[in-house]
Amino acid sequence: MFGLNAKNTRLLFLVIFLVAFAPFLMNPFPTDSAMAQFNAGYPDLMQRFVIFGIFAIGFNILFGLTGYLSFGHAAFLGVGSYAGVWMFKLLGMNIIPAIAASVVVAGLLSVVIGFVCLRRSGIYFSILTLAFAQMMFSLAASVLTPITGGETGLTLSLNDPRIFGAGAVDGNIPVPGFFGLEMRSTYEMVMGGWSFSFNTGYYFCAIIMVLAFYASIRIFQSPFGLMLRAIKTNQTRLNYTGLNSRPYTLAAFVISGMYAGLAGGLMVAMDPLAGAERMFWTASGEVVIMTILGGAGTMIGPVLGAGAIKYMENIVSKINKGILEQWFSFMPDGMSDIFVTLIYPFIGKGWHLTLGVVFMLVIIFLPGGLVEGGQRIKSIFSRKKTEDTPADGAKTPAE
Amino acid sequence: MSKSNFTRRGLLKTSAVAGGAALAAPRFFSPSWADGHAGYLNAPQGDTVTLGFNVPQSGPYADEGADELRAYELAVEHLNGGGDGGMMNTFSSKALTGNGILGKKVEYVTGDTQTKPDAARASAKSMIEKDGAIMITGGSSSGVAVAVQALCQEAGIIFMAGLTHSNDTTGKDKKANGFRHFFNSYMSGAALAPILGNAYGTNRKAYHLTADYNWGYTTEEAVRTSTEAMGWETVAAVKTPLAQTDFKDYVAPVLQSGADVLVLNHYGGNMVNSLTSAVQFGLREAQANGQDFQIVVPLYSRLMAKGAGENVKGIFGSTNWHWSLTDEGSKAFVKSFGEKYGFPPSQAAHTCYVQTLLYADAAERAGTFNPCGIGEALEGFEFDGMGNGPTLYRAEDHQCFKDVLVVKGKENPSSEFDLLEIVEVTPAAQVTYDASIFGGELGTCNPGA
Repeated sequence: MFGLNAKNTRLLFLVIFLVAFAPFLMNPFPTDSAMAQFNAGYPDLMQRFVIFGIFAIGFNILFGLTGYLSFGHAAFLGVGSYAGVWMFKLLGMNIIPAIAASVVVAGLLSVVIGFVCLRRSGIYFSILTLAFAQMMFSLAASVLTPITGGETGLTLSLNDPRIFGAGAVDGNIPVPGFFGLEMRSTYEMVMGGWSFSFNTGYYFCAIIMVLAFYASIRIFQSPFGLMLRAIKTNQTRLNYTGLNSRPYTLAAFVISGMYAGLAGGLMVAMDPLAGAERMFWTASGEVVIMTILGGAGTMIGPVLGAGAIKYMENIVSKINKGILEQWFSFMPDGMSDIFVTLIYPFIGKGWHLTLGVVFMLVIIFLPGGLVEGGQRIKSIFSRKKTEDTPADGAKTPAE
Repeated sequence: MSKSNFTRRGLLKTSAVAGGAALAAPRFFSPSWADGHAGYLNAPQGDTVTLGFNVPQSGPYADEGADELRAYELAVEHLNGGGDGGMMNTFSSKALTGNGILGKKVEYVTGDTQTKPDAARASAKSMIEKDGAIMITGGSSSGVAVAVQALCQEAGIIFMAGLTHSNDTTGKDKKANGFRHFFNSYMSGAALAPILGNAYGTNRKAYHLTADYNWGYTTEEAVRTSTEAMGWETVAAVKTPLAQTDFKDYVAPVLQSGADVLVLNHYGGNMVNSLTSAVQFGLREAQANGQDFQIVVPLYSRLMAKGAGENVKGIFGSTNWHWSLTDEGSKAFVKSFGEKYGFPPSQAAHTCYVQTLLYADAAERAGTFNPCGIGEALEGFEFDGMGNGPTLYRAEDHQCFKDVLVVKGKENPSSEFDLLEIVEVTPAAQVTYDASIFGGELGTCNPGA
C-alpha cells in the first residue's frame, strides 16, 4: 500500500497507531496513584517524543544508510529554531511560514556544511561536522547576539512587528497557531481515575512525523536508498566502478539536515523560544545516542531511541529524594536508607548516569539497539510456534 | 486551554459551580475569580495545592540552586504549620496561620533548570501540565528567569522569581504574571558607586569581565554608568561564556590594558573561577597607574565567598541580604534555617523563602489562587519583617524596593560562614528608579483559562 511493501506498510500502521493513541499509552497509571510519577502523557513531553523522533529519523537517513556519522546535526536543529522564531517575530504567529523557513534555512546551511565536510569520510567527516556545529554554537551564543539573543535565547516580545498578525492579544503576546487553531489547546478527558490529554500541537507534530516517517521508508526502499547503502558497504569499490558518490552523500546530508530543521521549526511552533544550547555538541551527541540506542539503520529504531531518552530526561530527572524515601518507606529504617542511598545517584540530576548504564547495556547485549531487543522477543515467541507445529504434526498421524 | 470533565461527577461539579455563580451574580458584581477555585488554570481541586520549585541543580549555579531548594522546603514546612514558623512570626501581614494556603496543604514538585532556558522551560512545562503546579518559582540565572517568566505568562501561572539580578526580569522583559523580590543590577550600581569612589578614588580605569547573557549585560551597564558618572573610565569590557570554567585567557590581558580596577560581572561558579584566576595572576598585589590594583564583584553571595576562600578578603560587592543582619525577621529565618540544616542561609535561600511566603500571603489576602487575584494582592503591597526593612512591591513593574547591602570580604573571618562584612546599608530611596527607564510592557494578567 502507498507504494510500500507489506512489511513496511505494517510498520507504518504500527507507527500511526502508536502516535494516535499515545495519550492513552503514555498515561497507563491513574492520576492519583503513586505510579503517576511515571506517566508521560502530558502535552510537552509527547510533543518532544515526536519532534525528536523526526530529528532522529532524519539523522538515520544519513547515518543509517550511508554510514557517515555527523556529530554536528544539532546545528541544523538550532538554525531551524532561530529561523522559526524570526518568522513569528516578523510575519505573525501562524506556524506554517515558521516551519517552512526552518526547513529551508536548515537545508541551505546543510548544503554549505555538507559540501565542505563530505570531502572527507570516516572520523575526519565526524570531526569536521563537530567543528562546524561548535562554530555555529559560538556564533549563536556570542557573536551573533543581536540575531540570536545570545545565551539568553531568542524570545518573542510585545513590540515585534508581526506584519501579518496581531502584535498583541488582550495585552499578551499571541500564541502560535495553525490558522487560528492554537497549538497549546488541550482537551482533557477524564475516565475514572485516569486523565488523558489530547493536545492540538501534539497531533500536529504527530501528523508531520508520520509523513516524515513515510518519506523515510520511501527513501529506504528507493534505488537512491540502495545507492546510499552501497556507499556504506564499500565506497572505494563504488568509486572504482566510475561512479561519483558525492552527489548521493550530499543529497542524503541535505535531506537529513532538512529533517533536523523541520524538528527545530516544530519545537518553536510548540514553544516559541530558541536557545543557543540547542546547538551545543551534547545536543548533537544526543541524536547519535538516540539513533544507536534505538537501532541505527532500522526505520523505527531512531523513533524508539528518541522516546527512551526523552522519557528518561523528563521523568527520571524529576524523581527527587523525597519521592524515593516515600517508595521505600515500607521497609525498616536502616534498609530503606541503604536503598535510597544506592538509587539516589541514578535519579534527579543523575539521570545521565541511568542513561549511560542503559546505553552500555544495550550496546553490549543488543548491538542492534532496542529494535534488536524487540526482534529477539518476537523470535522467542515465533520459535515456540514453529516448535509447536511439528509437535502437532506428529500428533495428527497418531489419531 | 479548554478543559472538560466528561464524568458524571465532573459534570455535576461544573454545573454546580455555574449555578452557584449565576445565583451569586445578582448579589454583587464579582470578578470571574470570585469563586476562588475555578476559572483559572490548574485550580486546586482537592485539599492540597502544588507549587513548582524550578532551580538549577547542575551547572555553574548549582550551589545556589541547592540552597534555594532548602529554603523552599523550609517555607513549605512553615506554611503547613511545621517547624517554628520562621519569618511568618515577624512578617507584617498576619494572613498566614500555618494552615497551608487557603486551608489547603502545600505540596511541591522540583525540577532542574540546568541553568539553560530550554531545559528550564521543559521542566516548568512538565510541572504545569503534568503536576498541576499553580505557581512556579526559582531562578539563579536571569536568562532562565526571563524564559520561564515568559512561559508562565503564556500558560497563565504566577512566576515568583528567585535569585535573578538582571534589570531585564522586571525591566525590558517584565510580565504581568511575574514578580521579583530580589534586587537588580541598577540598584547594585547605584549602591556600589559611592562606596567605590570613597575607597578607591575617582580617578580609576576599569576593566570589565562580563558573563555573556542578559544579567551580565545589565550589570556591566549599571556599574559602568554609575562609576563613569563619578569620573571612572572604562578601558575594556570583555564577554565570557556562561559555561566557561577557566578564565586564565581572559584575566591575562588585564594588567597590560592600563586598567587599575577589574570588575567581575560574574556570579556563582563563574565568579569563583575568575577571581581565583585573577588572584593567581597576582592582580591583588599589582600596581597600575601608581595605584594599588583593585577587584570589584558587583553581585556577591556568601556561597561565592566560601567557594573563593581567602581570595575575597577586602573585595567590595553588593548583596540582597546577609545572614548577619540583626533585625527580627532575619534572626528568625537564620534560626529556623540553621536548626534544620546546620548552617546559615545564603541570599538566594532568603529571597526564595520570602517569595514563597509572599505568594502564600497574597493568596490568603486575595482569597484565591487565581493569578489575577494574586497579582492584585501583590501590586503595591507594602510589608516589613522579612529581613530587608520596609519593602514595596511596585505595581508598575512588579519589582521590590528595599535597602541594598554593600559588603566586603572579611579580613579576619571568625567562622567558615562569617565571610562578608556589611559596609553600608544603602537606603531604598537611593536605589529607586523610574519604572519606565528600561522599556518593556507588563501586558495583562493571564489566568490561563
